[in-house]
Amino acid sequence: MVEHVLQTLPQVVIDGLALGAVYAIVALGYTMVYGILELINFAHGEIFMTGAFVGTAILLSFSAFGWLSSMPILLALLLVLVATSITTGLLGMGIERVAYRPLRNAPKLITLITAIGISFLLQDFVRFVTELKKGNYILTGPSLFTEQVSISASSIWSGFHDASVKSSFFIVLVTAVIMMVTLDFFVNKTKWGMAMRAVAQDRETAALMSVNVNKVIALTFFIGSALGGATGVLFAIQYGTIDPYIGFILGLKAFTAAVLGGIGNIRGAMFGGIVLGLLEMFAAANLPIVSNGILGAEYKDVFAFSILIIVLIFKPEGLFGKVSVEKV
Amino acid sequence: MKKWLNVLEQNKRLQAVVIAVYIVITFISLYFAQKSVVAFLLLLSSLLLLYFTTFSNRVKWLIGIVVLSILLPLAASQGEAYQSYMEVATLVGIYIAMALGLNIVVGLAGLLDLGFVAFFAIGAYTYGIFATTQANNFMPFGTYPLSGESFWIFLIIGCIVAAIFGILLGVPVLRVKGDYLAIVTLGFGEIIRIIFNNLDKPINITNGAMGLASVQPPKLFGIEFMYPSQFYYVVLVILLLTIFVVRRLEYSKIGRAWKAVRENEIAAQAMGIPLVRTKLMAFAIGASFSGMMGVVFAAKQTFVDPTSFTLLESITILVMVILGGMGSVPGVILGAALVTILNLQVLTELTNWLNQLSLSGVVSIPDALSPAKMQRFIFGVILILFALYRPQGLLPAKNPRFDEKELKNGTTNMVGKEEAKDVYFNG
Repeated sequence: MVEHVLQTLPQVVIDGLALGAVYAIVALGYTMVYGILELINFAHGEIFMTGAFVGTAILLSFSAFGWLSSMPILLALLLVLVATSITTGLLGMGIERVAYRPLRNAPKLITLITAIGISFLLQDFVRFVTELKKGNYILTGPSLFTEQVSISASSIWSGFHDASVKSSFFIVLVTAVIMMVTLDFFVNKTKWGMAMRAVAQDRETAALMSVNVNKVIALTFFIGSALGGATGVLFAIQYGTIDPYIGFILGLKAFTAAVLGGIGNIRGAMFGGIVLGLLEMFAAANLPIVSNGILGAEYKDVFAFSILIIVLIFKPEGLFGKVSVEKV
Repeated sequence: MKKWLNVLEQNKRLQAVVIAVYIVITFISLYFAQKSVVAFLLLLSSLLLLYFTTFSNRVKWLIGIVVLSILLPLAASQGEAYQSYMEVATLVGIYIAMALGLNIVVGLAGLLDLGFVAFFAIGAYTYGIFATTQANNFMPFGTYPLSGESFWIFLIIGCIVAAIFGILLGVPVLRVKGDYLAIVTLGFGEIIRIIFNNLDKPINITNGAMGLASVQPPKLFGIEFMYPSQFYYVVLVILLLTIFVVRRLEYSKIGRAWKAVRENEIAAQAMGIPLVRTKLMAFAIGASFSGMMGVVFAAKQTFVDPTSFTLLESITILVMVILGGMGSVPGVILGAALVTILNLQVLTELTNWLNQLSLSGVVSIPDALSPAKMQRFIFGVILILFALYRPQGLLPAKNPRFDEKELKNGTTNMVGKEEAKDVYFNG
């Protein structure tokens, strides 16, 4: 049993890293919004999904015009990423303007309900548009970066089996790292980042210090949503097939990742995402073996949600979070 | 217009005439125009009209019960659409009971539960497993399926099992609140669905994604309940009971404790309200209504499978509560009726109509736009619009007003109760 687990470990780690990178970036969106507004942006998973669809649509039209073969593929990817992140970023800003800003002083429950409303609306809207154009809402994009790279893990230790990955794995990982590092730099080193941190600390005082709070919040939504949308593109490239309902569960797991790392903490979200991705892949690959076939790989989602519940109960501030004291 | 309404409000006799004429006209139109969904809906909406009259509560209830138990089935029974009308009315009743259950959790206690359908599933599976041959796989004693007479016991068992799961969910969840609670309950709902979907190995308990087929129909005095028209009466009785219990609870000690917790947890605690017990009671009682209706649902459909218990269902019930008005019993009833009819009747009718139009070549509507598929979109829009512009819902919750003078004179109870009854009536 242990032997088998070890044999498949390299493959599990690689798959887990790819998934974890996706979780990590989506979790960043949750964490940024939560840090600044103390609001769970439920619609963030749907922004991710919209990004996947917009990106795939752009790629499909590129290949329809024949541009995909005529330009360097990395350039095409860059163009798609930029276009998608601007689209979803604006979408995120629009959502904030329409559904969250009018309710900023309302009870939390009400904001949460508009967020659920937005996410349902987006799901059906994307389904509708896709079905109208394609006749089917499940979409398969053009396959990019498909050559298989084999990683000879057995040369490190003979107990491992070789792992193989699509080359898109490296694209996902590198892009994710670039995005995370840039964001970290932006938040910690620039003036706008300082404004964001100030607003997150205390909205009223920041406003007194001549920070334009509305602008900062809009910017936060723009950045978070842009990152989410770009991740959607990466997801579509890595996994091929997308449908309008991928966003919700993935968003939920990304939220789990954010909670795991300590919500409101950007580095925590990255860490939580990677950990969750690895754990989930590990569970998917090994649950049937460890439990003698009683629990199938289908239980990996149960696993993820159980982590969420356990973390919330025993360490609600997360691994890197600060304990917040409730003001009476 | 306003003057007329004022006159109407003052004159009870006039109200009686208006409502009687309305009921008679809609009754006759449904009686003769059997296929008209509009007539069916109009007759149903006489109850809403009744809600706005100023009759005493007892009279309202009496008229309401007469309309629901005699007039509606009688008028609908004249043609071939009878069973489909009764089917809709039965489902409306099931959803009303569930929405009332969720109203306790969300509307009164202020705990946002996004996995509510899980309790419905638990109820449905509790009956489904024992009323099919499924239970033979793991129960060493007894022969299965149990006969249809056991349905009545299972109504209570389903209640209890769902309540137990409500408490089980409540215990760990009590430490988190607000948005976190919503997410945790959502996760719980998903976990329950995944488990039901996969519990066919190592021991086949739920038969997995295949679902449980041919669930025994309920039996009473040798009569088998097979048709929606029969289930209609079962649901009606349970529903009346539910409404009675819910209204009683709302003005009891625990009901006031729920409202206090909803408004301010810390202040409520400071006033001596046991937080844990109050919240757990909300979860347990809310869940038990849902579990009971799950049993009815399983018996009515004679088929249970995990696809009936998705997140969409949880959101549907939430939409009902918010549309009607959180915390308001008549509002929730109205909301549940509206949403169910919108889903079952209006959207399907619209789809059929549009299909006919495109078949006859008048306009071509793409299949993707068919209203039956736009359910999520419509729910999303309803949720956003109501949260933004009318967070109290269609019929907002009202607290009973007490007259200070009469309170001092010692006739407290009478006034309080009368007021409370006036404010709350089944719409």
